[in-house]
Amino acid sequence: MDPVTSTPSLEVAGLAYAYPDGHQALFGVDLTVGQGERVALLGPNGAGKTTLVLHLNGILTGGVGSVSVAGLPVEKRNLAEIRRRVGIVFQDPDDQLFMPTVREDVAFGPAAAGMRGAELEERVRTALDQVGMADFADRPPHHLSFGQRRRVAVATVLAMRPEILVLDEPSSNLDPASRRELADILRSLDVTVLMVTHDLPYALELCPRSVVLSEGAIAADGRTRELLCDDELMRAHRLELPFGFDPRTPLLTRPAH
Amino acid sequence: MGAGHAHKLYRHGHSPVHGLPPHCKLAATLAFVVVVVSTPREAVWAFGLYAALLAAVAAVARIPAGFLLRRLLIEVPFVAFAVLMPFVAEGERVQVLGMSLSVSGLWGAWNVLAKGTLGVAASVLLASTTELRALLLGLQRLKLPPLLVQIASFMIRYGDVISDEMRRMSIARRSRGFEASGIRHWGVLAKTAGALFIRSYERGERVYLAMVSRGYAGSMPVIDEVAATRAQWAYASVLPVTALAVCLMGWTL
Repeated sequence: MDPVTSTPSLEVAGLAYAYPDGHQALFGVDLTVGQGERVALLGPNGAGKTTLVLHLNGILTGGVGSVSVAGLPVEKRNLAEIRRRVGIVFQDPDDQLFMPTVREDVAFGPAAAGMRGAELEERVRTALDQVGMADFADRPPHHLSFGQRRRVAVATVLAMRPEILVLDEPSSNLDPASRRELADILRSLDVTVLMVTHDLPYALELCPRSVVLSEGAIAADGRTRELLCDDELMRAHRLELPFGFDPRTPLLTRPAH
Repeated sequence: MGAGHAHKLYRHGHSPVHGLPPHCKLAATLAFVVVVVSTPREAVWAFGLYAALLAAVAAVARIPAGFLLRRLLIEVPFVAFAVLMPFVAEGERVQVLGMSLSVSGLWGAWNVLAKGTLGVAASVLLASTTELRALLLGLQRLKLPPLLVQIASFMIRYGDVISDEMRRMSIARRSRGFEASGIRHWGVLAKTAGALFIRSYERGERVYLAMVSRGYAGSMPVIDEVAATRAQWAYASVLPVTALAVCLMGWTL
């Protein structure tokens, strides 16, 4: 879509932010995500992950530093385009799916941008097909299983044809089958992904590269497997692998990227 | 789990009444109720005709009489006080079965009962032939303030989510040995209600964030255009126009 393919999808430089109550959440974050990359953003609770995410589409502003998405700076006059380019999938699908039916929910973003009629229908169908939920278009979100709701939440964002997909804890509350289905969907998408998670095996499965955010700053940035194997780093930032999981063992079923 | 979208008031079907655009039906129902209310109460026969008209609509919509009558029961608490009117109203009195009843009270009771029943019956017919979602689209189309329509549609979407949350809180209370059994426990219930309010309020904020993230800027985008042809308007207006003719006869005869 973008004529200049070398422009990174996301460029965050020197981002610092303090909440109005004085609590400082970010202390100068630098992060660049290239086009088509899948990056995991790891960090313990309270590390500033959500604060960072809310800066990506300009919901939080007013701190120091800059964010730009595919070359377009996040500024008030660009907000509409920025919000189309950055698709955030929030953690609780009940927050994300606010329309009475799945179809209307997926249509919300494109319709808010002015799309109507057959073009809109087409957009909705494609997005629902991408997540395998086309048969559920006329169902109310509350009647779907949690995993299905999460997939629809991804579709609502895909319908906006985003430059970068930002997922907040995509694997939380999913049973193993839904978790795998979501992983298959994410792998099949041709879009830049930034995945915020504590689920380290999931990060290893999906993201070749990881970034550790700790106490409002980037503490490490590298290949996911190498970061997960660095015991000292993991311990220093309250990141723990689940019992019995060893990132050193080669994955037998699937390649790591 | 609640009934959600396929609300229990709605009766699925493919009749000509089901097929009418929601805003036509809404306008027709409203007009019908206004006509009924403005009919003089002395024209008793007119109310019989109105009831026959509604019965005809129900027949076209293939709504069984039993279904309709059961739904009409919702009216009972509202008209209960009408029954009292003949006993308490002032003025000329008549003896019925040994009870002294006020004539104007009897007319008043008849007036409330007849008009109320017809109005409720018309609304029940509307609700059983129109999906909740379609009703909202109809209201939007009839230019009801968009904010009200948005509030109503969020109520439909989140009613179940919040009642689930309430149920989970109740299970959590009972799992810790609490059974609300008397006035001493009202404090706990009030605190639960407060917690539920705060949770819902916070959810409201998160939903708003999600909306803003997808380009919400104050008004809901139009996703489904509901349009009605002249023929559909004409078809929907049969009910109020016939009723109007009856009403005019009621005033002149």
